[in-house]
Amino acid sequence: MGSSSSSLNKIPNAQELMQETGFSAAHLLRLYERFEWLDRDNRGNLSPEDFEALGGLAMNPIGGRIICAFFSPGQDTMDFPSFVRILAHFRPTDRHRNKGGTQQELPNSRNRKLKFAFQLYDMDRDGKISREELLQVLRAMLGLQVTEEQLQSIAERAIKEADLDKDDAISFEEFKKSLEKVNIEEKMSIGFLQ
Amino acid sequence: MRPFASTSTRMATSWRVTLFLCALLMACRGPSLASGESECRMARNSQPQTPSSDNGTAGEGGHGGGTVTTLPIVTWRWEHVKDPYLVALWVLVCWLCKMIIEANHHVTNIIPESALLICSGFILGGIIWGADKVQTFSLTPTTFFYYLLPPIIIDSGYHMPNKPFFTNLGAILVHAVIGTCWNAASLGLSLWGCQIGGAMGDLNIGLLQYLLFGSLMAAVDPVAVLAVFDQVHVNDVLFIIVFGESLLNDGVTVVLFNVFDAFVSLGGPRINAAEIIKGIVSFFVVAFGGSLVGVAFGIIISLLTRCTYKVQIIEPGFVFILGYLSYLTADMLSLSAILSTTFYGVFCQKYVYANMDENSAHTVKYAMKVFANGAETVIFVFLGISAIDKLIWVWNTGFILLTLLFILVYRFMGVFFLNWFLNRYRLIPLEFVEQVIMSYGGLRGAVAYGLAVMLDENRIKEKNLMIGTTLIVVYFTVILQGITMKPLVLWLKVKRNEVRDKSLLERVTNTLFNHTLVGIEDISGQIGDNYFRNKWREFEKKWLMWALMKPSVRKKQDQIFDVFHQLNLKDAVEYVAEGEQGGSLEFIRNESAFLDFKKKFEDEYSDMMPDIMTYMSNGTMSRDPIPSVSLEMHEQTMKAMREAEEVNAHHLLDQHLYKSRKEHRHGFSRNNFEINRDAKEVQEIFQRTMRNRLESFKSAKMGVTPPKTITKHTKKEQQKMPNGKSMDKKKSSYSGDEDFEFSEGDSASGYGPSCTPFPMRATNRTGAGIDNPAFMLDLDPTDSLQIPPWLLESELNSSMVAPSQRAQERLPRTPSNLNRLTPLRFSIRSSDTQQTDSDLLPPPPPSPPPTDNTQK
Repeated sequence: MGSSSSSLNKIPNAQELMQETGFSAAHLLRLYERFEWLDRDNRGNLSPEDFEALGGLAMNPIGGRIICAFFSPGQDTMDFPSFVRILAHFRPTDRHRNKGGTQQELPNSRNRKLKFAFQLYDMDRDGKISREELLQVLRAMLGLQVTEEQLQSIAERAIKEADLDKDDAISFEEFKKSLEKVNIEEKMSIGFLQ
Repeated sequence: MRPFASTSTRMATSWRVTLFLCALLMACRGPSLASGESECRMARNSQPQTPSSDNGTAGEGGHGGGTVTTLPIVTWRWEHVKDPYLVALWVLVCWLCKMIIEANHHVTNIIPESALLICSGFILGGIIWGADKVQTFSLTPTTFFYYLLPPIIIDSGYHMPNKPFFTNLGAILVHAVIGTCWNAASLGLSLWGCQIGGAMGDLNIGLLQYLLFGSLMAAVDPVAVLAVFDQVHVNDVLFIIVFGESLLNDGVTVVLFNVFDAFVSLGGPRINAAEIIKGIVSFFVVAFGGSLVGVAFGIIISLLTRCTYKVQIIEPGFVFILGYLSYLTADMLSLSAILSTTFYGVFCQKYVYANMDENSAHTVKYAMKVFANGAETVIFVFLGISAIDKLIWVWNTGFILLTLLFILVYRFMGVFFLNWFLNRYRLIPLEFVEQVIMSYGGLRGAVAYGLAVMLDENRIKEKNLMIGTTLIVVYFTVILQGITMKPLVLWLKVKRNEVRDKSLLERVTNTLFNHTLVGIEDISGQIGDNYFRNKWREFEKKWLMWALMKPSVRKKQDQIFDVFHQLNLKDAVEYVAEGEQGGSLEFIRNESAFLDFKKKFEDEYSDMMPDIMTYMSNGTMSRDPIPSVSLEMHEQTMKAMREAEEVNAHHLLDQHLYKSRKEHRHGFSRNNFEINRDAKEVQEIFQRTMRNRLESFKSAKMGVTPPKTITKHTKKEQQKMPNGKSMDKKKSSYSGDEDFEFSEGDSASGYGPSCTPFPMRATNRTGAGIDNPAFMLDLDPTDSLQIPPWLLESELNSSMVAPSQRAQERLPRTPSNLNRLTPLRFSIRSSDTQQTDSDLLPPPPPSPPPTDNTQK
């Protein structure tokens, strides 16, 4: 870690980022290298095209959504801090140690992870998963063998199951409620970001 | 684990004859013959020594013997059938015990079955003792290791849930190897120390003998563990770690046992550093060699099942025979037979299941369960019977109590220490209570007993004490710990295995999570452990599947989707016919029509028929039974339909959700048709993505304005769009004017929500739109000139794909379009990129289906 701290200097606001996201210096450095690698033109920020160039994402049925989640609405570039902040969602949740000690919610908390997943559905960011939005996700994730009617029926049912206030859409609260038994901490964590 | 013929070998002989006669006959090639025959001989030779076997081999004289003075009509030939008869009888008795136990559900809820079986063994043993004044029957190591244990191990391996097993393989190995060594060493040394300290009186046991005893006591028993944990339903991870450990550490224990056994025969003074190093080397050789033998046999069976389709009747038998052979072969080579058979099962399950006929696969599954469960039952009963024998009971309170104490304490210490170490690397650390359960689940069982009986009396003077102590430990752990396990799990609130219905949203979201994780891994570009799994998968797909699976199986998916599709088709035709009778097809398109109808009914008629409505709502008898009955029936029909749809929806999700790579990687699912979906899915997804990018490319770079769409948006949605462009994303509600949507859907597609830099594929499958890539090309003919070659290529590629199945499968709007249903058989194939198929495919029928409207 001693050697890496010197190179931390090239990362702007490294200390604050570490504080905020809980990443260690080594992680931050690795991510920075990755960031630079992704940023082919050395512009200092990433554009959606940089992500699209990744082969794996093209194979991902919701690749577009994932990329979209990295960019705040209306922006099509992203700097390193926001890159790290997004990835911080996927740090495994510390159950026992609380490194930061701060009261603020770390990005890898259950709530934030859920929020991230919710945003993957909620493309128009109106705080609700409409039936159409759910349908889009379903269409993306189900094979072409499934007919539109079947999709409709699935979406209809899924909404009906989760929709508590009968507004024909799933709000974040409802989303949280319907997933309360799911082990989000496990499902939305990646080991190597620990 | 050498064959060892002890005094009462009647059981052994007869076991062999009945249960495995056919097995041996079929296995009459290779080494098994030799070993089988020699055992038979051994067993026969020893038979006369058995106190109660009066005539021994006299019966072999054959047909009555002696001089024949007159023709007997019926003769009594007990000696002739005695051995197999006794075996069959014992099996029957054991299974009847199990039946009786299982019939009393309220008892098995409290006391685990294994404990009850042991107790019934006590009773049976008591009866025999009362009759014979000597224990005629007991569990011999030969019977146990060669006939009772293999079916259980094969079953465990073959039905091992591979995904969690390999995910947790590291932890399992650490516990199985290091944990077992720790248990063995600590128990042996502590007992030795206590003896020196004088805690156990005068015992003629040296350090090596203590270590030998420790090694045989170290193994957590898979049979006992499975029997107890099966009924407790702890969460998957905990279960697989405990169970995997118990399975693998049996191999380790046997190896340790053999090493120490050899040391004991060598004698203390002749053990030097070289011997110890040899011991360590042999440990690894035996363990890995055994596993390799298992994998080799797994390859053989996989290859074999490629060709067994002509002998389907005995096809399932091959799986058992080769499994048994892998066990015997490993044992013959003095490698770990348990590990061999475990890995045989783990390795071959996927290929065997895919290669064999479905019926055979089911047969294997059930036959394995029958053998394993039957063997398990017999083992437990005989563990009980074995106790009622005056010969083995040499009581030494100090020795027994200290053994019990040390086993418990060191198990806890070992588990906690290893978990403390492992938790630093685990994604989800094992919680404290889970570790407690894990430690407490260290049940000892028949393996320990079998090994104890195998001890050499000449070298170990206190053999009977050790057997007795082992039995006490087994009873203590299986009965006491088994009984208290469930309350403990409940009391500590250990995460249980959730047995609940997932909601649809949950299922979809779970898949979403998986895809997201993979996507994020791609972005962060770091190699996790998934990388190696990925490599293994590639290797498997490229070589193993090619070599070990029937070519027809590799393409099996098509057939299955064909069937699925045919069924759908049938439904569709029926629906259409039904709909035409009713004059409208609306209800087909709108699955909520039934619900709506009900709602409508309630709204409109509730005031007109209040009594019926009250009947419906509170279920009391109304004065006017006839309409209400019919109403109720109607409601029931609707309910049944809704339920069917519910099931259907889940089924669809099960079948068609794209699996993320994460799942692919260790998708050792036994649903064979999942196996070959991967490649197609990837291509399918890739096409979708590329087409979308192409569309966005067109619209963004060429300035193609999307054709005007006449879709309905709600105002709210429009305003919420972050930057307002590409507002053509169809937000229209499904129940709107379908004809309009239908025609416009296609042209609107490709313009995703503005948030995305490139539209996602998801957005272009709009409402009811036909999404037919073949027609997309014609949107603007000039475009193709300006498109960069790579995009062009992909476009061509995607355009060669036949109309998506969803498009084709759309129900016709009018009866005149019914003929469109006919080419569907082809379209199922064409949904992937198989060019040949799509080339062959006729272009979409010229009938004026909605696609034509798209072009106007």
